Amino acid sequence: MLTKLSGGKVYDPANGVSGEVRDIYVQDGKIVAAPPPNAHIDKTHDLRGKVVMAGAIDPHTHIGGGKMTIARMLLPEDHIKDEVARTDLTRAGTGHAVPSTLITGYRYAEMGYTACFEPAMLPANARQAHMEMGDTPMVDKGAFAMLGSDDFFLRQLAGKQDFESIKDYVAWTMHASQAIAVKVVNPGGISAFKFNQRKLDLDEEHEFYHVTPRQIIVTLARALQELGVTHPLHIHGCNLGVPGNVETTLETIRAAEGLPIHLTHIQFHSYGTEGDHKFSSGAARIAELLAKNPNISIDVGQVMFGQTCTASGDSMRQYAISRSAHPKKPVVMDIECDAGCGVVPMRYRDKSFVNALQWAIGLETFLLMDDPWRIFLTTDHPNGAPFYTYPHLIRLLMDKGFRDDMIQKINPDAAAQGILKSLTREYTLDEIAIMTRAGPARSLGLKDRGHLGAGANADITVYKDDPDREAMFATPEFVFKNGELIVRKGKVVKVVNGATHVARPDYDRGIERQLKDYFDRYHTMRMENFKLADDEILDHGRGSLIVQPTRARVS
Amino acid sequence: MPISTARDASGSRASSELYENVACPFCGMLCDDLEIERKGTKLEVRKNGCGKAIAGFQRELPKAVAAVDGKEVALAEAVKAAAALINQARLPLYGGLATDVEGMRAVMALAERTGGIVDHALSEAQYRNVRVLQTTGWTMSTLTETRNRADLIIVVGNDIEKLHPRFFERIVCPPGSMFDVTASKRTIVVLGKGPGQAAAKGERVGELVSLPCDIEQVGEVLGVLRARLRGFRVKPVSIDDITLADIDALAERCRQAKYGVVVWAPPVLNIPYAELIVDQITGLVKDLNQTTRFAGLSLGGAEGGITAGAVATWQSGFPLRISYASGAPDFDPYRHAIGRMLADGEGDLLVWIASFSPDITPPPTKVPTILLGTPGMKLANAPAVYIPVGTPGVDHEGRLVRCDNVVSLPLKDLGRSELPRVADVVAAIEAAL
Repeated sequence: MLTKLSGGKVYDPANGVSGEVRDIYVQDGKIVAAPPPNAHIDKTHDLRGKVVMAGAIDPHTHIGGGKMTIARMLLPEDHIKDEVARTDLTRAGTGHAVPSTLITGYRYAEMGYTACFEPAMLPANARQAHMEMGDTPMVDKGAFAMLGSDDFFLRQLAGKQDFESIKDYVAWTMHASQAIAVKVVNPGGISAFKFNQRKLDLDEEHEFYHVTPRQIIVTLARALQELGVTHPLHIHGCNLGVPGNVETTLETIRAAEGLPIHLTHIQFHSYGTEGDHKFSSGAARIAELLAKNPNISIDVGQVMFGQTCTASGDSMRQYAISRSAHPKKPVVMDIECDAGCGVVPMRYRDKSFVNALQWAIGLETFLLMDDPWRIFLTTDHPNGAPFYTYPHLIRLLMDKGFRDDMIQKINPDAAAQGILKSLTREYTLDEIAIMTRAGPARSLGLKDRGHLGAGANADITVYKDDPDREAMFATPEFVFKNGELIVRKGKVVKVVNGATHVARPDYDRGIERQLKDYFDRYHTMRMENFKLADDEILDHGRGSLIVQPTRARVS
Repeated sequence: MPISTARDASGSRASSELYENVACPFCGMLCDDLEIERKGTKLEVRKNGCGKAIAGFQRELPKAVAAVDGKEVALAEAVKAAAALINQARLPLYGGLATDVEGMRAVMALAERTGGIVDHALSEAQYRNVRVLQTTGWTMSTLTETRNRADLIIVVGNDIEKLHPRFFERIVCPPGSMFDVTASKRTIVVLGKGPGQAAAKGERVGELVSLPCDIEQVGEVLGVLRARLRGFRVKPVSIDDITLADIDALAERCRQAKYGVVVWAPPVLNIPYAELIVDQITGLVKDLNQTTRFAGLSLGGAEGGITAGAVATWQSGFPLRISYASGAPDFDPYRHAIGRMLADGEGDLLVWIASFSPDITPPPTKVPTILLGTPGMKLANAPAVYIPVGTPGVDHEGRLVRCDNVVSLPLKDLGRSELPRVADVVAAIEAAL
């Protein structure tokens, strides 16, 4: 079947197409080159006047895994008034800050997203994370395995084990947990918290392993580079949320020494200590240093006002902020000598100085970062805000007048303090397309996603060219997944199951001898059962796997 | 829809086979180091089996056939009869729910479609935890974390080892641990009565402190302990045989601990308002975390109880006790407790699922019952529809979530029988509606 998407304004930055009127042809789920003039076209969608982009990709959104289900269980009040009834087409569930899995899939698709990546999959919890993502329809999925506070790795590092062996373990973990990338969260800090260390700065030693976060970051970043994994080490740095942590973040950027790294939800790591409140924006200093370090990409973790729930692997910092919980019911877990988690409900208020400044710091970060290929649009769902706020965020970035109106509403001290008001930049549709499609696809190594060239997967979103960009991005006219129309005027019209993307760097299977002994000796689970088989993802047709290429391993 | 059996995929089987790294589905700990041999249709636990595992795996499986109103019928007939009853029902109650992830997924879909209620047979015990979680939050540990890290383990309640026969062997008394820094000997405190103390032995166990009291008094002991830790003066108390001096000594142990874990099993706390005990435990943990590290560890979770709660939560947003009568999930932990509903004459059909133990029988009720059960259940009356089902991890593959709510285990098909999966039977019923 050949489908023609006719006459839309196409924004396809990966292929250098910027708002040109073009026809797009789709066959067998793929975008194809223009057929000969006499070819039979089965279906034509008239997209004149509409904006056409690849399906959006969220490279950092907490959609699946134990901590999300803890958050769901913890907060029945979050779901109340957002219960969703079953229809002939869609299943029931609940929304809000921590929506149920099915509603997560529907609402992402209804917002024009066709792929979502869970950034904090604990290897010990990988099976559940994938089961939850298996119950998240519509979108493609993938997950980043968390390393860096797990005993096996810290022991390797502390014992100065052969670097090739460390690489084998990193690669083994990616295979075992069916991951596409690796994330480190508060490097070493989750483990240190279990030893009752309450903070761990970049060059502070873990009291048991005597290694530092800097060593952990550099080791993992180098390991991934040498393993040929496309997405660089995804770093949730030290000292999340601590005033003054801008210094740590600047030092982390320098610590990379040119290695590719990704600094996630950088907004939460961009705080200075200036001013009456001893809390200020470090966004400008970070943007300045990032401009000189093209090896580094970021996502923002924008805060938006309202009730949400923070959920993170960073048990140390989540414990520390638990006194700010709203409502007052924080959850912290120490997990399997592997990782941890913290789930802390949070209400960001526009009249609070701290919250308003967090909001402003996020926006400053967006507006100061001049290379849209190295910054991705996230709220760190649901940590900064639920993902449904993206259209509002896009309008804030694209519409200076609207932004100024919003600045009027926030805490006046926060509004007066930062440089946000003076920033006149307005994002273009091209830049939005880069930040929400082409950039994440390139960074994650999704070779046939995030663009509209021939051969790309036909994941396509079509918007009305509404000057109110919030309305435009909230309600796409059409969303196609693998060439099938799945959303019309912002409503699901067909339910599909997306694929799971993984990456499988080479490793020496000899590492399993060490691991088997280790599991037998210490764990409550056998190594054989720790590993997730492909069949568990395929799950009798519920899912499918796409193995994204990795570069050749170098030693 | 044809119902496939475990055997279809792999064709014929060898007459005997040895299975390693078998996960045991018969309690919430899901020990996965068992070795089991099958000879024909008989299973024998060769290694690492506890009494519960042996009883579960080696149970004589009586021949069972599908039946409608007590009369033997073909499986397809029974499915059709079940669908007809569900079609007629205005408020079907989906209870029991002792099944695996796949079975629970199928039940959720059917309950949604038919406007039913979803609740697990043992969720009252689990709700002792849920009520506290949803009110105050908590700080928790997991099995591997506790096994390796804890230098003080306080076991609250009686007879934990009856529910989890290998808890002491695997978690409290393993031969070694990851961290030389953790005291090589750990202190075990048993707060409650019963032979729990006898189970806590082994090289890792240093001191064993016994504070015997009834379940009814546990909350009070913990309350005094918390008061003393906060520096309050209390009148000299004696709770059962426990004196203030005993409590003060425990307070000192808590202060000195590097990583203390308070363990409880919700089913053991079988008294009214037992959530208040859980609240004292999690409150104690919270108090102590201000200066040292402490965490809770909840056991329990047999009969797929944790799994049912997890799947219900990720699919609906709510941990069971949901009504889909309006089409959307409506959560009410009191109103939508199936035991209460049946007692009060609410609901007009019971669909009961019990695929692990034959003891999880449907509660007595006047409303018609559809039973998807493991063979060998002793029932007062024949249900309207009976469909024998396989046990996940014995008769077919499956997955379960462990009691700590973090780890989930793959279950093996040990080839004991041809009995169908709950997931397939429920899907067939849905298809026949």
